[in-house]
Amino acid sequence: MSTSAPARPFEPDFAAAAKDAVLSGVIALGIFGPLVGLRTTQNMSNQLIVESHWGLVAIIVGIVAVGRFVLRAFVFPRMAMWKAQPKVESTAEPSFLRRNIKTIGLVFLLFYPVIIVSMLGYQQSIKWVDNFGIQILIYVMLGWGLNIVVGLAGLLDLGYVAFYAVGAYSYALLATHFGLSFWILLPLAGILAAMWGIILGFPVLRLRGDYLAIVTLAFGEIIRLVLINWRELTNGSAGISSIPKVDLFGWITFNVADPNYVGKVFGLANSSAYYKIFLYYLILALALLTAFVTIRLRRMPIGRAWEALREDEVACRSLGINTTNTKLTAFAIGAMFGGFAGSFFAARQGFVSPESFVFLESAVIVAIVVLGGMGSMIGVAIAAVAMIGGTEILRELSFLKVVFGSDFNPDLFRMLIFGLAMVTIMVWKPRGFVGQREPTAFLTERKAVSGSLVQEGHG
Amino acid sequence: MTAVIETQDTTVAKVGPPLLKVEGVKTYYGNIIALKGVDVDVYPGEIVTLIGANGAGKSTLMMTIFGNPQAREGRVLFDGRDITRMPSHEIARLRIAQSPEGRRIFPRMTVLENLQMGASLDKLKYFNDDVERMFTLFPRLKERLTQRGGTLSGGEQQMLAIARALMARPRLLMLDEPSLGLAPLIVKQIFDAVRDLNRTEGLTVFLVEQNAFHALKLAHRGYVMVNGLVTLSGTGQELLANPEVRAAYLEGGRH
Repeated sequence: MSTSAPARPFEPDFAAAAKDAVLSGVIALGIFGPLVGLRTTQNMSNQLIVESHWGLVAIIVGIVAVGRFVLRAFVFPRMAMWKAQPKVESTAEPSFLRRNIKTIGLVFLLFYPVIIVSMLGYQQSIKWVDNFGIQILIYVMLGWGLNIVVGLAGLLDLGYVAFYAVGAYSYALLATHFGLSFWILLPLAGILAAMWGIILGFPVLRLRGDYLAIVTLAFGEIIRLVLINWRELTNGSAGISSIPKVDLFGWITFNVADPNYVGKVFGLANSSAYYKIFLYYLILALALLTAFVTIRLRRMPIGRAWEALREDEVACRSLGINTTNTKLTAFAIGAMFGGFAGSFFAARQGFVSPESFVFLESAVIVAIVVLGGMGSMIGVAIAAVAMIGGTEILRELSFLKVVFGSDFNPDLFRMLIFGLAMVTIMVWKPRGFVGQREPTAFLTERKAVSGSLVQEGHG
Repeated sequence: MTAVIETQDTTVAKVGPPLLKVEGVKTYYGNIIALKGVDVDVYPGEIVTLIGANGAGKSTLMMTIFGNPQAREGRVLFDGRDITRMPSHEIARLRIAQSPEGRRIFPRMTVLENLQMGASLDKLKYFNDDVERMFTLFPRLKERLTQRGGTLSGGEQQMLAIARALMARPRLLMLDEPSLGLAPLIVKQIFDAVRDLNRTEGLTVFLVEQNAFHALKLAHRGYVMVNGLVTLSGTGQELLANPEVRAAYLEGGRH
């Protein structure tokens, strides 16, 4: 939040930068020359021969040298300058974009499918509405749900995916066996997940920090292993398929065979895009419900108690707060939203299997909450867009084949880039995208309390 | 000697039963005994202080009264009611407020939000009045209202901790080492505020202190704790004059 004071001109030291670049280039050549440049292989008569890849080595050495030059000449001096500048609290009104980011975001989300369809047509829109829109919104919702447990109540839960699984399997089993509608099963899945949240909550009431994290992690794994091994109920690793689709309260359905199929009702051509657009608005509504409930709860005694609990448990007890109930409600409400998201997930996929509920999912959701800035709703949403949207975009890395040859598999680098991006973000913004906490109590007028007023480690 | 604390010149008549009665309390940490049978009485309207060296068990007594850890033997009575086995949050609901050791304010919450947490018991019924009261008591808090607790100075944090405890409209205020690490002038401000509350509102205060000189001047009565046992008790002035107390806690360390 430094002010936009005019940048002092700086003199890039090109000579030193060039020296640095040459040195790094030589080191890179020394390392990558033998490692990448020479490769042993067998020829047709099984003789060991040495292939050379000097072109590739040249590219790598070039990247290192140029990169080092740019770093030394431009990036480092600029960083030093930023550090040297005293951080002045900006008193000016934040920019229009910053002030209205919530409204702008909301309007964009409401019109997103319309924009996509009008640009690309129904068939081409599926990828953007489904893979990006719905996928990201599921994680926004999961992030907001977990945010209650981790961000507000400060209970590090590494097994959140368990509640997602409970919700998904509740819908999958009850819908396939009893043919119940999504609209009945959605609250039911939420209640079941909340119940499991309380079941998990009881044994871990006395635990905090690392210990709590380990137990919740184990809980997530237990649920997954039960799903794999209880074949009679869950069909094991094969999963449950042909889960019924959601309909619009029975008035309009999305099965082509039905008499009230959306296409027949409105006289449109058959397309699976309608269902995707419907699902998009459904998950948007669910996510907004999560946000609304969280915002309301933060202003109520229970929400304040969660935040106080995150800050200091002993102080809470001495102020007459029942920490047991406070923790259990955090687990239950967080789990409930996980359950909602889970039943939506099952309805959207039409298929669930334990494969979808591995630890990596929990880790991704925790990462979204941490990257977003613990407790910040808007931060969590931005982090979900960056992480999930980012991984989706990284599927389109095939242009790298042009650089590295046709046998290069760009998918392998997806997680590497993903990891690097996370490290970079945490170095750049150690408190997450939105590091400042919005106060909930005011006497006269609103004033945001800046995160930069608090030293690292105090919050 | 810039900060002079007046000596408490009044005594409080012990009318009726004590508000807080600690009877033969023994507290253990695992197998290690920390309190070896402690008796303390606090009568309504009194400021009672407990002094002693590091590790004497002062804070342990404070925590035991609050039910964490619970006493293994003996009883703690508040207003005639046995609270020995009650969970901490229920003890707090009997209107015993505590400013715990190390202040323990909520660092990421604003001053106002901290005060709000203190008023949780009454569902904020008297919130605005009480906030105003805290501003007259500690004007510094008013200036810092929208600032985060963690950004306050040590003295301001202590004021906030006491104010937060007072927001619950307590019948008994327990303070654990409020002078710890604070400049003499700030200590005086805080002790003066406690004295005012006691005089004007008749607030009963139980004060645990290492700063024996200041604490005994403020208190109507005092107890001296050594190694898990109360060895001496008397009025503040008696203890200040007592040669043993002088030798152990006051000489050389006189402020």
